[in-house]
Amino acid sequence: MQLSTPARILGGTIGLGAAFAAPALAANPGTMDVTVNIPRLKVAEYHKPYVAIWVEKAGAKAKTVAVWYDYDMKANEGTKWLRDVRQWWRAAGRSMSFPANGISGATRAPGAHKVSFSRAQLGATAPGAYTLVIEAAREVGGRELLRIPFTWPAKAGAGGRVAGKTELGAVSVAFR
Amino acid sequence: MMKKRIWGFAATAALVALVAVPASAHRQWMLPSSTVLSGDDVWVTVDAAVSNDLFYFEHQPLRLDAMKAWAPDGTEAAIENKATGRYRSTFDVHLTQKGTWRIASVSDGVMGSYDLNGKTERLPRGTTTANLAERIPAGATNVKTAESNNRNEIFVTVGEPTTTLFKPTGKGIEFIPVTHPNDLIAGETATFQFLLDGKPAEGLPVTVIPGGIRYRDQLGQMDLKTGADGKVEINWTEPGPYWLNVTTPRAERTEGAPPPATPKRRASYVTTLEVLAP
Repeated sequence: MQLSTPARILGGTIGLGAAFAAPALAANPGTMDVTVNIPRLKVAEYHKPYVAIWVEKAGAKAKTVAVWYDYDMKANEGTKWLRDVRQWWRAAGRSMSFPANGISGATRAPGAHKVSFSRAQLGATAPGAYTLVIEAAREVGGRELLRIPFTWPAKAGAGGRVAGKTELGAVSVAFR
Repeated sequence: MMKKRIWGFAATAALVALVAVPASAHRQWMLPSSTVLSGDDVWVTVDAAVSNDLFYFEHQPLRLDAMKAWAPDGTEAAIENKATGRYRSTFDVHLTQKGTWRIASVSDGVMGSYDLNGKTERLPRGTTTANLAERIPAGATNVKTAESNNRNEIFVTVGEPTTTLFKPTGKGIEFIPVTHPNDLIAGETATFQFLLDGKPAEGLPVTVIPGGIRYRDQLGQMDLKTGADGKVEINWTEPGPYWLNVTTPRAERTEGAPPPATPKRRASYVTTLEVLAP
């Protein structure tokens, strides 16, 4: 759990997002909670996966909300494998600079990880249909991508859940 | 297929051997360690060879004498750690800028012959349009020449693909991206444009062969032709490296028929394209 601490600091706009949203949208949810399960794998050589989470909307540029990678290696060496998160790299990563403020975070150990994003972070300013995409790529391992559609404005209690088969466990989304 | 002979090869095999032309029977290729790259200190290693099967080094190394690299801003970059072994050459390029890099070996030459003192002599190796005049001795008659331009190039991209390096030189066959060569995904169709001497060239044969030939029975070759605007569409069915070759049209000779005239203008283009999985 210690390892996830830096990620929380870098992506630490959780409270801020809620503060922004709460007064203006009292009746409407302003925050998306995403729970990402990273499976424990029985492999001889295990490295925590690189994970990218981003938002897609038809006709709009993909918006990255989180990238978990070896962000603290010397000389930024961990960025070498970002392109292995290949759909994200094509959709958004390749046009970004790293570390990305509020987006970069450490890789996460197997287990459930809850992260929260404000509407602004999600880039969900216009009402409409969006897709949250989560892609994981593991060194000497595989790759998996999951998609969870959502609409904005979201209703409290609305959400979604998708279960991965290999590199990702269940990923669920809830609004508050 | 076996009965057809490619005139350009059969008739000028000896000349072809002298000039650095990709001979029909063997395929020139370069294979970079990656085409889509991320990171702050990025290198690419390239294998370069001439062989039948793609991409297996098994016949001859590609000579690196003319190998050059260009950064996205157009400056020339160093070819580092060059080595040429029995079957392949290898080298590195330090990709110090973000964007699309070009690594290319271009050779221009003039092939031909002349008659002197009752004997037919071939133009020596290394003849170019610049030194052609001094290579034809006084008194030579029946001078026949054919200019050739051969380009073997690959593209690799750090971060976002750029198109700064696709300004045509106006010489030989050149590649113009409609689809960027480092943005290819299986299941998508790519469009490329080819210019011959700076102009969109219609009717150029385009050959596309997926790598991994050694482990399958069928070559899987796509035989395409550029359209009126010099464009060709390629549908990538599977991810992997693909070899792409474009040439000036070569007349096919049928057995027993008189040979067609040697083409005045010959050009070829070779690249390796990496198609990623979706």
